[in-house]
Amino acid sequence: MRYKDIVLSTRDALSANKMRTVLTILGIVIGIGSVISMTSIGQGAKKSIEQSIQSVGSNLLIIQGGQVRTGSTQISAGRGGAKILTIKDLQVVQALDTLQAVSGEVSGRYQIVTKGKNTNTQVIGASPEYEIVRSVSVDIGSFFTDSDNERKAKVAIIGPTTRNDLFGEDADPVGQTIRIKNISFRIIGVTVPKGGSGFTSQDDMIIVPLLTAQHYLTGDEYVGTISASAWDTEQIEEAKTSIQQALFVSRNIEDASMADFSIISQADIVATASSITNTFTILLAAIASISLLVGGIGIMNMMLTSVSERTREIGLRKAIGASNKDIYLQFLFEAITLTIIGGIVGIVLGVSASFSLQFLGIIQTAISLTSILLAFGVSASIGIIFGFYPARKAAKLSPIKALRFE
Amino acid sequence: MIKLSDVSKTYNDDFGEPYTALHNITFEIKEGEFVAIMGPSGSGKSTLMNILGALDTPTSGSYFLDNKNVASLTDEELTLIRRHNIGFVFQSFNLLPRTSVLYNVTLPLLYSEVEEEERKKIAKHALESVDLPEQYHRHLSNQLSGGQIQRVAIARALVNNPKIILADEPTGNLDSKTGALVLDTFKRLHKDEGRTIILITHDKTVASHADRLIVIKDGTIVEDSVKKYHAI
Repeated sequence: MRYKDIVLSTRDALSANKMRTVLTILGIVIGIGSVISMTSIGQGAKKSIEQSIQSVGSNLLIIQGGQVRTGSTQISAGRGGAKILTIKDLQVVQALDTLQAVSGEVSGRYQIVTKGKNTNTQVIGASPEYEIVRSVSVDIGSFFTDSDNERKAKVAIIGPTTRNDLFGEDADPVGQTIRIKNISFRIIGVTVPKGGSGFTSQDDMIIVPLLTAQHYLTGDEYVGTISASAWDTEQIEEAKTSIQQALFVSRNIEDASMADFSIISQADIVATASSITNTFTILLAAIASISLLVGGIGIMNMMLTSVSERTREIGLRKAIGASNKDIYLQFLFEAITLTIIGGIVGIVLGVSASFSLQFLGIIQTAISLTSILLAFGVSASIGIIFGFYPARKAAKLSPIKALRFE
Repeated sequence: MIKLSDVSKTYNDDFGEPYTALHNITFEIKEGEFVAIMGPSGSGKSTLMNILGALDTPTSGSYFLDNKNVASLTDEELTLIRRHNIGFVFQSFNLLPRTSVLYNVTLPLLYSEVEEEERKKIAKHALESVDLPEQYHRHLSNQLSGGQIQRVAIARALVNNPKIILADEPTGNLDSKTGALVLDTFKRLHKDEGRTIILITHDKTVASHADRLIVIKDGTIVEDSVKKYHAI
């Protein structure tokens, strides 16, 4: 039988029972549609996390005390917890000319009090270079200087969210006083909103000079983390090696496996975040695939019903000269047509659903051509897989028995 | 053209017991004959029709169709024999519902991969030879009367220009008047176009339209006679 005639006979067969055809296709539409929209949500989350990490500064290297295995899967949650690095280490790293800027940091959460209002937020003690290293821009006022740091000035830069919490939306708090751990600090600046969310919002924090923080807040000489920025992205590995070697010498470490500090680059963090969001995407896609599987079983169910309803027709076709292959192709083609139509409608539906989610500002989504092509391939394969058994059953019918079938 | 020698067919029945439906059937049918195979139900005539129609193969014996032993062919080869040599007419018509008369008639040509234009031409010609006017060609098959449906089925059996037309109780679902019209159609195809027609029936009146009568009972031939020609 010619392929053109198979197509025409498929059209006739599927339009003979339109309601059943539409309902069967609906199963595939929902399956493909949900796979597309779910993966777009996963990909969107990945993109948004990567963007917020990149906004911190892509040349960033973070040195912290303790052994942290980086790579793609593990980053310590208690970053800066170990009291290992000191001001001396900071000075060693600051002396390296492979780095553009280096900032020592300590951090802690404190209750912040101002007139009548209070909040609990992250307070970071940092070197003045923090502004460069972490790409922080000051919106109102100015950042503190080296001299503020050296004379342990009680000055603070606050994030926009903290400002909103303490002084109200868009207020100018420069010159006002806040109390951290019952010590008064004068606000000298407010940072530009950076967005980003999660456990450590860059907009909800207070930055004070490092030496001030050590003297008034932590009460010791330790530095939680040292952040450094390389001159550019290509020189990150080189910068990382130079920091490692300098610290090995200064801390008398002979064997790299005995290192009591670790260096994480921005790339490591992005890789970790990507691997998390990839898992998340796979999970979402796997859940959506269940509906696709159910849709596929719906196709098989319809095809089996169709084969048994059309047993006499199959018998007749065989009697007048249809080969097993003709019958097999006819039924398989019907199944594939159902899934391909369902796949196309599902793709349109899934793409519009994810655009709507993005457009309405509910969640960021990202659709890749790969996922569309994959969805199309999957829907065609479902037709082949779930159409195979009914088509083979039809092809194997004995013409004598089929013609006698009531 | 057809030569059956010692054809036997043994089945396993529902209980797995062997059951012989045909015992050593031997006969010949020449080209252009109009033969009725008659017998009561259970006589083995359906089994014989299945073998003659290349739907089934005998357990033993040989069936030569144009010097080709059909008895030893594979399923795929039997398909080709049916496609090019046999035209079936069934008691229950077996037209595809919700499709046009013309499409039903072209159906066998789809499998012999004839071009669409050519298919329509052949089908129209076949419908003409069974006296179904062109106004019905676009009708859906379920919009016709029983007699018209059976004539469409006969037209469908003609399109591949088969060597044999095998009609299984073609008037079984028709009243006597329309049945007579259908039988006239067969007679005319035999007389005017020289077609070889094998009519399988349990009805003596129907069988009397043929030129030759083979009576089968309990799987064996009990009578094989040529009817004396009567002018009608």
